[in-house]
Amino acid sequence: MDNYLKYLGRQAALGRLSRREFMGRAAAVGLTAPLAASLLSSSVKAAGPQRGGHLKCGLEGGASTDVLDPAKYTSQFCFMTGRNFGDTLVETHPTSGEALPALAESWEASPDAKVWTFKIRQGVQFHNGKELTIDDVIATLHRHSDEQSQSGALGIMKTVSDIKKDGGDLVISLEDGNADLPLLLSDYHLVIQPDGGVDDPNAGIGTGPYKVASFEPGVRATFERNPNDWRDDRGFAETVEMLVINDATARTAALSSNQVHFINRVDPKTVDLLKRAPHVTIQNTSGRGHYVFIMHCDKEPFANNDLRLALKYAMDRETMVEKILRGFGKAGNDFPINETYALFPEDIEQRGYDPDKAAFHFKKSGHDGSVLLRTSEVAFPGAVDAAVLYQESCKKAGIDIEIKREPGDGYWSNVWNAQPFCTSYWGGRPTQDQMYTTAYYSKADWNDTKFFRTDFDKLLIEARAELDQPKRKDMYREMALMVRDEGGLILPMFNDFINATTNKVDGYVHDIGNDMSNGYAATRLWLTS
Amino acid sequence: MVQDSGPAEKGRQPQGSLAAGLSGPPPANDGGAPKPGGAGLSGLRHRMPLATLLIQRLGLSALLLLAVSVVVFLGIEALPGDFAQTYLGQSATPQAVANIRAELGLDRPAVTRYFEWLGGVVQGDFGNSWASGNSVTEQIGLRLGNTLFLAFWAALVSVPLAVGLGMLAVHFRNRWPDRLINVVSLGAISLPEFFVGYILILFVAVQGGWVTFPSTVYADMPFGQRLEAIILPCATLVLVVLAHMMRMTRAAILNVMSSPYIETAELKGLDTLRIIARHAAPNAVAPIITVVALNLAYLVVGVVVVEVVFVYPGMGQYMVDAVTVRDMPVVQACGLIFAAVYILLNMSADILSILANPRLRHPR
Repeated sequence: MDNYLKYLGRQAALGRLSRREFMGRAAAVGLTAPLAASLLSSSVKAAGPQRGGHLKCGLEGGASTDVLDPAKYTSQFCFMTGRNFGDTLVETHPTSGEALPALAESWEASPDAKVWTFKIRQGVQFHNGKELTIDDVIATLHRHSDEQSQSGALGIMKTVSDIKKDGGDLVISLEDGNADLPLLLSDYHLVIQPDGGVDDPNAGIGTGPYKVASFEPGVRATFERNPNDWRDDRGFAETVEMLVINDATARTAALSSNQVHFINRVDPKTVDLLKRAPHVTIQNTSGRGHYVFIMHCDKEPFANNDLRLALKYAMDRETMVEKILRGFGKAGNDFPINETYALFPEDIEQRGYDPDKAAFHFKKSGHDGSVLLRTSEVAFPGAVDAAVLYQESCKKAGIDIEIKREPGDGYWSNVWNAQPFCTSYWGGRPTQDQMYTTAYYSKADWNDTKFFRTDFDKLLIEARAELDQPKRKDMYREMALMVRDEGGLILPMFNDFINATTNKVDGYVHDIGNDMSNGYAATRLWLTS
Repeated sequence: MVQDSGPAEKGRQPQGSLAAGLSGPPPANDGGAPKPGGAGLSGLRHRMPLATLLIQRLGLSALLLLAVSVVVFLGIEALPGDFAQTYLGQSATPQAVANIRAELGLDRPAVTRYFEWLGGVVQGDFGNSWASGNSVTEQIGLRLGNTLFLAFWAALVSVPLAVGLGMLAVHFRNRWPDRLINVVSLGAISLPEFFVGYILILFVAVQGGWVTFPSTVYADMPFGQRLEAIILPCATLVLVVLAHMMRMTRAAILNVMSSPYIETAELKGLDTLRIIARHAAPNAVAPIITVVALNLAYLVVGVVVVEVVFVYPGMGQYMVDAVTVRDMPVVQACGLIFAAVYILLNMSADILSILANPRLRHPR
């Protein structure tokens, strides 16, 4: 709660939250009015963002194969680069995850959620001086939804049937209704570029708080503040430098020696040691990413639901969180949604480690012999250790797990989505609908548990177009139960994003959207003098 | 693979190898004048032994490079998953994979693709990186520059230091300075290079705060800052290569020191340092040159671990990134450059050995 209040205070200080709103939300978490008022004034005093200075970030996940073209972003480094120089139509709220206006000022949907009208912000300039027009927006969205596109956002743009201009507004028509369209448009690939970036996708021109000054793939990128930024609550540093530091030890050393102000992907194994440095703050945020053990529901022996249940009950989730994530995460409940998603079904009972139930279901399944689990270090950090822990917890239930360690090279093409039982991970998706559509819909390419259920598919499509929130929440609850009790997913843990800052910067916002303050770390941090 | 120069060694003593250098015959110039006459290649060899050797070696090097490119190509083909699959990783959809394959022509047979690539290279076009779409030549230019910069400074420090320490060790043979030099340099070479790197980072950068870390260098960085940035990786490399060269210098000179003519020099009353520098060193230079060349080659092609630890943007890291996503044009270009560096340095070592020791010009 402390963090939440600090966050609220900062938001108020930044002007993103009115005084009335602040008091309201503070009261909601049980604070009395005078206390809240004093908190507000101290926050505003202490947290006043300062402009200027040179902000340095050391990031894992850059390679010499990186490009500036937002359509091709795959690495953490690119993700943050895009957030620095560009804007999407819609942003998400850091704590509630709801859609917030960005380059789109406002929007409304038709009752069946099939036709959406967006009002595009006026008076926004690109870095090259060109005024943002609706044509730029249309061209961008076209480039990402084209059949030939290699865009990472192709999956979410597939359902779009038509993008057009209608009297100064942007009108997007969908094949099927989707109540979450604004959230989908907050995807980090969908950076609005002049003319959609068709002529030069790698130009690095956008409307964001920083202009790209230099970009050396796999080495570093530098940025200068955009003096014509259309927002004044971000982009506080005068210049930003992002270094690619893929080696975890080097990254930690760079932060401890004060050579950088911010690093991502702190290794959970050493986080306790890093914490001891007096000038370092560990910034861990609950996220939607999760580590999974996946069984193919259509292949023997996993076609038997009793065997799947046995393997689910044999998972010691608490130990996994403690040993594999070193406490930086939360136990999962065998469906891919946690409390950071809107419309999360809170009332589903947490599945615990229960060797007796596991043994019961294992016996009932009639399976004889061992179960083969494939794993690899690339599946997720500590995946091999996790497999061994799982082997131990299964043994207590009388289930014999045989572990096969696969090479990291080619794991994603030869093992994941191909072999019947393996370890893997998922990054989060902006909405429940996206998560289920990507990995649990019958026709999805990435249905990695081979979960084929027509009733689930029907519910998924109905819920997508449902604008009545309570009704929609019930639908998602039902879907969660289907996956949890009958699917092939064992989800032992949701991992936190672990970043770290030094005491020379302030303003870090814990954003549930994605890692590194949803990629906005460099635009939200400021240097304290 | 590359350092063994194969058929070129025929017809003369393998003086490039360490064993021959250490057990060579006593140094007396008894080679005699070249015999006149002899037609064709052997005649040419007698009249211009160096030029012939050079031409032979260059021709064979070109063949070797071709072989390297075939091996690298086959290697990438043999790795699981092609570019489209590995580039997209977990997020590969059949549609996206097909799009990329069609765009790059990965759906065609491997032989066709290899010869197309080779055709480009012969015309001096290394093509574009599949992953970033940028020109390979341009990218490699930057990276190779960084690698050579680091290798140059590491060599500049380590080679004179190693040879000097080797001579010093001979001078104080079996006394404490010799032992100290041996223990320290062997200690440094026994630790893995990343560990040496981490220790330097911990004590010099994190606790001391005396030098900049990470050692990232970039295109328009001023020279002074660039030098400052590479202090730590340079120191690590020096520590790693020092012992090998120092030990070889010591062994080679000691071997020569036991020859009768050195005894004569001693009996004439020359002081030891002068004997080592003027009489022993020139005859011990061939094996030293070879081991120096090997270490220089290592400084250029073998430092990827040091690059990663110090976040130094060199060729090694670039090639590893490219191999990870099977970016064939980049891997090929890096492979060729590395092979060329190895071949070139080994060839220079042989030629320098021959220049230093005229007996080797006349194969028996």
